[in-house]
Amino acid sequence: MSSPGHFGEYGGRFVPEALIGALNELEIAHNTAQKDPEFLAELAELHRTYTGRPSIITEAKRFSEHAGGARIFLKREDLNHTGSHKINNVLGQALLTKRMGKKRIIAETGAGQHGVASATAAALMGLDCVVYMGEEDTRRQALNVARMKLLGAEVVPVTSGSRTLKDAINEAMRDWVTNVADTHYLLGTVAGPHPFPTMVRDFHKIIGEEAREQMLALTGRLPDAILACVGGGSNAIGIFNAFIPDSDVRLIGLEAGGDGVETGRHAATITGGTPGVLHGTRSYVLQDANGQTIESHSISAGLDYPGVGPEHAYLHDIGRAEYRAINDDAAMAAFSLLSRTEGIIPAIETAHALAGAILVGKELGPTANLLINLSGRGDKDVQTAAEYFGIPL
Amino acid sequence: MTQLDSVMAKVRAENRAALIAYIPAGFPSQQGCAKAIQALAAAGVDAIEIGFPYSDPVMDGPVIQEAADISLKGGTNAADVFAALKVATDTGVAAVVMTYWNPIERYGVNEFAQSIADNGGSGVITPDLTIEESDRWLAATSKVGINPIYVVAPSTNDARLAAVTAKTGGFVYAASLMGVTGTRTSVSTDASNLVSRVRTVTDLPISVGLGVSTREQAKSLAAYADGVIVGSAFIKLLLAAKTEQEGLDAISHLAKELALGVREGR
Repeated sequence: MSSPGHFGEYGGRFVPEALIGALNELEIAHNTAQKDPEFLAELAELHRTYTGRPSIITEAKRFSEHAGGARIFLKREDLNHTGSHKINNVLGQALLTKRMGKKRIIAETGAGQHGVASATAAALMGLDCVVYMGEEDTRRQALNVARMKLLGAEVVPVTSGSRTLKDAINEAMRDWVTNVADTHYLLGTVAGPHPFPTMVRDFHKIIGEEAREQMLALTGRLPDAILACVGGGSNAIGIFNAFIPDSDVRLIGLEAGGDGVETGRHAATITGGTPGVLHGTRSYVLQDANGQTIESHSISAGLDYPGVGPEHAYLHDIGRAEYRAINDDAAMAAFSLLSRTEGIIPAIETAHALAGAILVGKELGPTANLLINLSGRGDKDVQTAAEYFGIPL
Repeated sequence: MTQLDSVMAKVRAENRAALIAYIPAGFPSQQGCAKAIQALAAAGVDAIEIGFPYSDPVMDGPVIQEAADISLKGGTNAADVFAALKVATDTGVAAVVMTYWNPIERYGVNEFAQSIADNGGSGVITPDLTIEESDRWLAATSKVGINPIYVVAPSTNDARLAAVTAKTGGFVYAASLMGVTGTRTSVSTDASNLVSRVRTVTDLPISVGLGVSTREQAKSLAAYADGVIVGSAFIKLLLAAKTEQEGLDAISHLAKELALGVREGR
C-alpha cells in the first residue's frame, strides 16, 4: 500500500491516528480549492490588493561586482506585506481554514516571519490565532513577538527541548491533536505530513511562475542558476518549482552551515544529515545513531531546524537540485554586502542565498545570470546583526 | 501466539480487564527502571510497555516528556530499551515496546523486530506509524511472530477503524480522548463510544489508554475494555519521590489499587 504525498521514498504521513481525519479533510479542501476558479480568483485578488503581488525583480549591479561579475537578479519577496514570502502560504491556508468551517489557527514560528504572517491573516479573516515559538527564539526575535501581539495573536513561548523551531512544532502538534475539531494547524513550511509539503508548495509556486516570466522579459532567456536559502525549504520550493522542467537551469539550495558542518553545530540537514522521519514526514534529518534528533545551530532562527521538506530530499537524490552549506560568518558578510552595495537589508535567512550567489557567481563568471529569491527583509534581524557587527544599540 | 495474546485470552476467561503499565526505559535511571519494572510485575500488572524515549514526542504530555528527557540525558539507547524489555519478560509478565517510528527505522526495521523477539517481547506499539507506511514493518513483525499494535482515536472513522484493526495484533490501543498522554480527573465518554465502535469491526482485545490514574477510573474502564493502560500516573509518582525506595513503594501501591480496579468493573 502506498499513501499519497510521496516524493520518491520521502514524504508520506507519520502521525498519530487522531490527525488522519483532519489531514484527509485538508487534502480534499486543498484539492477542491485548486480546481475552484472562485477560490483561485479570491486568492489572486488578495495577492494583488493586500500582499502586493507580483513582487518585482531588482538587478543587483553593485553587488554583482563581488560575485564574479555575474548578473544578479533579486526576486523581491521581501517587499510583500509582512516582509517575506510567508504571506503567500498563509493567505491560502487561511482561506482554506474558513472553507473548512474552522475558527482557530495555530502556527509555529522560528524567526517570527511565519508567525507574523499567520497573525496577520488571522486578523484579516477574523480567526483566533495562537503562535508557538521557542523561548530562545522569542529572545532572538523580540520585535516579531511584539508584532504578533499587536496583531491580536497569542504567542506561547515553548520551553521544552532546544527551545527553538523544532520544539515549537512539537507543541503545535500537541495542540492540534487536542483541538483538531475546531483548529487548523497552519504549518509554515514544505515539511510535515501530507498534504502540507504539496499544499505549501502550491501556495508558494507563484514566486517561480512570476520570476520565470519576468526573467524571460528582462533578459530574453532563462537564468543559469536559481538560488534560495533552505531551512524547511518553502521559499526555495516556491522559486524552484516553475523551473524544475527546465533542465538547463541549475537549482541551488543554501543551507545554514552554522559554525561549519564539520563542527556538528549547523542546520545543514541535506548536507550533513541522513534519511529519517521527523514531524510527520520522511526526509533528511539531523539525528544520532539511535534516531534521536540532534539540535541544530544557526545564527538564523528561520533556518535553525534539523529537518527539511521531503521534496528537497527527493530533488537532491535525483540530482535535480544541489544543496550547499553557508556558514554563519559567510552569511553575515553577504548580509552586510547587500546592505552596503544595494541599500537592501536582507533577512539573515536570505543572506545565506546571497552568500551562495557570491560563490556561484565566481564559479560561473560574468556571462551567467543568477536569480536569487530575496525571501525576506532584515528589519527583524537588526538586533542580531548589531550584536554580530558590534554596533551599540 | 505471543505471550500478550495469552494474557489477553486469560483475562477474558477471568471476565476482567488486563492492567498494562507503561514506563520509559532508562527512567528514573537504568537500574531504577529495572527495579520499577520488577515492582510493577510483583504488584500484579499483567503486561508492561517499555517506552523508547524520543527527542520529539509529539503524542506525549509534560510528564512523559520530562521522563524522556531524564532518560535521554542518562544516555539511554536501543540496547537499554531491549535490556529493560528483558527485565520485564524475565518477571513473567507480557511485555511490549512503545516507540515513535524513527528509532525503529534508524535501528533497522528487521533488526528491531528481531531484537524484540530475542528479548521475549510480544510486540511493539507505534503511535505515529500509519498503516499506509507499514508494509516493511508488518513484514518484519510477521516474520518474527510479534504483535504490531496500532493506536486508534475517537476521530478515527469506522472505515479506517476496520482498516487499522485489520493490521493490528495483540490488542487495539484505543486512545480515550483527543489529546496527549497525561493524567486526567475523568476519563472522557469518548472512550466507551470508541470501544463500542471498535468492537463492531474486530474481535481483537481493546485496551484503553490516556488519562487513567485511579482505581475508580480503572474500574469504570474495565466494565467495557479488555485492558487498561496506565503510564503518566506511575511516572508522576517516580518524579515526586524523594528517594528511589519511596518511588518504588508508591508505584507498587498504585499498581495494587489498579489491579483491584480492573477486577471490579464487571
